[in-house]
Amino acid sequence: MAAHLSYGRVNLNVLREAVRRELREFLDKCAGSKAIVWDEYLTGPFGLIAQYSLLKEHEVEKMFTLKGNRLPAADVKNIIFFVRPRLELMDIIAENVLSEDRRGPVRDFHILFVPRRSLLCEQRLKDLGVLGSFIHREEYSLDLIPFDGDLLSMESEGAFKECYLEGDQTSLYHAAKGLMTLQALYGTIPQIFGKGECARQVANMMIRMKREFTGSQNSIFPVFDNLLLLDRNVDLLTPLATQLTYEGLIDEIYGIQNSYAKLPPEKFAPKKQGDGEAKKLQLNSAEELYAEIRDKNFNAVGSVLSKKAKVISAAFEERHNAKTVGEIKQFVSQLPHMQAARGSLANHTSIAELIKDVTTSEDFFDKLTVEQEFMSGIDTDKVNNYIEDCIAQKHPLIKVLRLVCLQSVCNSGLKQKVLDYYKREILQTYGYEHILTLYNLEKAGLLKPQTGGRNNYPTIRKTLRLWMDDVNEQNPTDISYVYSGYAPLSVRLAQLLSRPGWRSIEEVLRILPGPHFEERQPLPTGLQKKRQPGENRVTLIFFLGGVTFAEIAALRFLSQLEDGGTEYVIATTKLMNGSSWIEALMEKPF
Amino acid sequence: MDCYTANWNPLGDSAFYRKYELYSMDWDLKEELRDCLVAAAPYGGPIALLRNPWRKEKAASVRPVLDIYSASGMPLASLLWKSGPVVSLGWSAEEELLCVQEDGAVLVYGLHGDFRRHFSMGNEVLQNRVLDARIFHTEFGSGVAILTGAHRFTLSANVGDLKLRRMPEVPGLQSAPSCWTTLCQDRVAHILLAVGPDLYLLDHAACSAVTPPGLAPGVSSFLQMAVSFTYRHLALFTDTGYIWMGTASLKEKLCEFNCNIRAPPKQMVWCSRPRSKERAVVVAWERRLMVVGDAPESIQYKQLTIQVLLDRLVLRRLYPLAIQICEYLRLPEVQGVSRILAHWACYKVQQKDVSDEDVARAINQKLGDTPGVSYSDIAARAYGCGRTELAIKLLEYEPRSGEQVPLLLKMKRSKLALSKAIESGDTDLVFTVLLHLKNELNRGDFFMTLRNQPMALSLYRQFCKHQELETLKDLYNQDDNHQELGSFHIRASYATEERIEGRVAALQTAADAFYKAKNEFAAKATEDQMRLLRLQRRLEDELGGQFLDLSLHDTVTTLILGGHNKRAEQLARDFRIPDKRLWWLKLTALADLEDWEELEKFSKSKKSPIGYLPFVEICMKQHNKYEAKKYASRVGPEQKVKALLLVGDVAQAADVAIEHRNEAELSLVLSHCTGATDGATADKIQRARAQAQKK
Repeated sequence: MAAHLSYGRVNLNVLREAVRRELREFLDKCAGSKAIVWDEYLTGPFGLIAQYSLLKEHEVEKMFTLKGNRLPAADVKNIIFFVRPRLELMDIIAENVLSEDRRGPVRDFHILFVPRRSLLCEQRLKDLGVLGSFIHREEYSLDLIPFDGDLLSMESEGAFKECYLEGDQTSLYHAAKGLMTLQALYGTIPQIFGKGECARQVANMMIRMKREFTGSQNSIFPVFDNLLLLDRNVDLLTPLATQLTYEGLIDEIYGIQNSYAKLPPEKFAPKKQGDGEAKKLQLNSAEELYAEIRDKNFNAVGSVLSKKAKVISAAFEERHNAKTVGEIKQFVSQLPHMQAARGSLANHTSIAELIKDVTTSEDFFDKLTVEQEFMSGIDTDKVNNYIEDCIAQKHPLIKVLRLVCLQSVCNSGLKQKVLDYYKREILQTYGYEHILTLYNLEKAGLLKPQTGGRNNYPTIRKTLRLWMDDVNEQNPTDISYVYSGYAPLSVRLAQLLSRPGWRSIEEVLRILPGPHFEERQPLPTGLQKKRQPGENRVTLIFFLGGVTFAEIAALRFLSQLEDGGTEYVIATTKLMNGSSWIEALMEKPF
Repeated sequence: MDCYTANWNPLGDSAFYRKYELYSMDWDLKEELRDCLVAAAPYGGPIALLRNPWRKEKAASVRPVLDIYSASGMPLASLLWKSGPVVSLGWSAEEELLCVQEDGAVLVYGLHGDFRRHFSMGNEVLQNRVLDARIFHTEFGSGVAILTGAHRFTLSANVGDLKLRRMPEVPGLQSAPSCWTTLCQDRVAHILLAVGPDLYLLDHAACSAVTPPGLAPGVSSFLQMAVSFTYRHLALFTDTGYIWMGTASLKEKLCEFNCNIRAPPKQMVWCSRPRSKERAVVVAWERRLMVVGDAPESIQYKQLTIQVLLDRLVLRRLYPLAIQICEYLRLPEVQGVSRILAHWACYKVQQKDVSDEDVARAINQKLGDTPGVSYSDIAARAYGCGRTELAIKLLEYEPRSGEQVPLLLKMKRSKLALSKAIESGDTDLVFTVLLHLKNELNRGDFFMTLRNQPMALSLYRQFCKHQELETLKDLYNQDDNHQELGSFHIRASYATEERIEGRVAALQTAADAFYKAKNEFAAKATEDQMRLLRLQRRLEDELGGQFLDLSLHDTVTTLILGGHNKRAEQLARDFRIPDKRLWWLKLTALADLEDWEELEKFSKSKKSPIGYLPFVEICMKQHNKYEAKKYASRVGPEQKVKALLLVGDVAQAADVAIEHRNEAELSLVLSHCTGATDGATADKIQRARAQAQKK
């Protein structure tokens, strides 16, 4: 069970159950005992759908990681490859199949393509002479994976690079397919808004796919009122800034992968002696305390934790007041819950301490100051001293690139002289090979010379109120609290769309890249929604190219506003942060 | 009035039966049936007869005749058999007639005698010939099992998705088994065969001996076996005259009956009425029929669904009747009317006397945008009848590109297929067409086609990047994309070239490309890199150690660490490393070496462009407070407080802060006041603050 998926306005457990059913059906097609050979990349996302126990129930006895040469020995009837449709993986599979020991027992081979079967890959298997060896070749349309009650991700790492650098729209096609699956389960979404070239493409594909399925009239009452498709390149700025929410900082500092974070063990109570391994924690709203603090500005987390500590120790003190047998029984029945709460508090107090060590360091402060100067429009047009010092001291390249890109984006591109200076400094210090990375960043528009000599950023900043001086981190009144002053552009666009509508910001929309549009998908009269007064709309917002935890926090903040009028469910190609984003754009030729 | 029981006859002690005729057959076949291969489709479907099969005494020149009748004996089709000898006939679940030839070829006919397709059961079957064959039904479809002349079994569980399985050898099997049948257990097809007194179960992995529980002793051979339609039950006829009935899993016996006849029966089958709980086995000899029943037990029967009924009407070309049924039952369009219309259309395209235009128009008029109609299926049928132009016209009505593309490719309309694939957004489809085009066109035409399709071009580039690097270069060349060519050669300089000369040459090509792309920066940076590479090679030769592929910065650092300060200086000058970074670099390197003397000398060489705070910091990092203090005194006023705090001189830091009257500095110092020793300093600061506030 994944109860936390059903807490939200839209019950995402329905989706999870649907994909689990599909998986079980496939496993049952391959009768008898089985071993799964995993494309390693898939194991993380699959963990959110099905634990090993489900696989075991369906006679999965062994699991291997896909690699070359001969498969490990396994006394099973079926060998199933779970893979993404990639040619290089087909080569490995063929190698596995061809080196199968003919003298051993005969085993059946099957392939499950995730998320889509590929003719190209099957052709490759055919060329390698092994296509006929597979009894079942099927696809498992795992496009959108439910991460939390209001969060879906495709976990497609390369999506941004493929779409914006390589002109490969495969992930957009998958996104459109994922949206069709969602509509099959949650009803047709009557209105689609979008901004950006990729958003336009996805909307087109959806409309086209709908036409292809004209036969199956969707009779489900629509859960979503509208869909907002947003290109990541409409807002290149936000992910570059350091996230300042609790969850955002955990991701910035330690990385959150498939809802798990690996933390240094020192500050946690060791399970056993000499337990030096990283502490792995799952982070989602199933944990009450985490749900409460994840989206807060980190500066507001400490007070919550200390309040919680008082409440919990008071609860434990209650035991002295329990006199009668009934009272004691009552106390004991609450113990497991209280102990869990205490464990949770201890964990988050430790994490908060770890983070605090970082955020109180001088360098963190200096970096944040520079970021905030850039975002509020100060000194964006000249070489920055701090960045220069970071390079000279050989700080991590990703950090330097994030800052330089941030400056470039906040200045609508850098003056040629400034740009060339940074580039030369980077190549001389970190190595010439990074010239390929720099070029990638230029292609993505993250790093570029200013053309036309005009800086549009101030207009955008002012119109969309991206910089707020009077930010309240403890009791926020505006989304800008997630970056202690900067209001994420992407979320601002969503907010303005909901109220008063995009017509009010036509000028800025024209400056931002790509078209903006609106499409309607007509519903039969029986399915048209009559909203109760005071009932919030539900918007599905899809970030094409990735979304950060701080943006998610800002959207959750809007969902919770009393008079907000809109609740958001968030979907994305990838949960990411500035560093993982830049990293995916880097190219290392050796 | 007849008595109700008049025509009932007693059967045993407690049961009665009666015989009455449901209908009489329209055909006038009698004795000839004996010479025919017969196959009757389940659920009252058609009956196929292959008359005059290959019997040695007949003249080879007489061709056999294949007749198809309805269940009531109405003739549906009759054709002369012109192919090879047929061993077995059978109907698939889709009412297709499967004719298994001696050479392992299976010919497939529709119920009107129209040839559909053929497939082979494999080389092994071809070589050893077919001794016996069975057509059987599973939940996946209809299968074919073959016993070859070499006494091996080959089967395909679903002829719709042909996968041949050669079953393992039965140990010691020298002659054909006395009887055999197919079983379907756990969704897998098995073969059960009898050899003398033994029974064997074959699955694709193993051959295992099995024993029916409770079988009366003395059996030396099984003469006949029958499995029920649902594969749940099995009946065995033994040479001792016993009929054993039990579950097909051979785990349970239902009953055993001694019929006192030892002659092998001609036929033995399970029978039962729908929804009845009674089961029985009917055994037939030349002139005797015996019904053997057992105690009731619940069984579920699959019924003939509406869908199957409609399918059957459609197969019999009774389209209007089928549509009327759909409308009467108010079936959803997709399952009902549109499916029947689609079938009608498939029939329509076969009318060769009507022109392409008229057929396409007629079909579109009737079908329009009816949901669930697959125009591509109809087009495929048209193409199957050799009407390519009609197929293309029909495909235009198909909204699903995924369906259009494969057929267009098959019809060799690859360029049309390409634009349809691109429209769909399905990149896999685009790739598929591209690889087709690549094989079909010459290189020039292929590139030209790509040029007009930017989306396809970028996909193909990605493909080449991983699969065909040389082609990638050609693509960039064709487009005069010098920037990408430059990057291409840079990658090559790392990946494919090993010798320094090769790497430098690749970089030279890259630099030339960048000049052509008017990317002066990249060109210059590349030339610098060539220079650096050569220099690093020389350093390695002269000084030993590793220099290649270090960045310029790291090269200089390595030189300093190795004590080659002159060379370091020279390199920094040659490559114009900015002064500020060079100072950081030297500072870091000398501190790493803990060469404090050299560091001090360096700090005094001229006024530091990065100030002296970094000196303090780096000494403290190496835990050398003594050296740090030397530099703290030289730190400029703006950073003085910070420097003093770093070296732990809180008192002096307080003095400076107070002197500066700087609130931020004051609180910074205050935050460093810890423990009793700094108590006085803290008080001092508080006093200064109070004073400042008064003013």
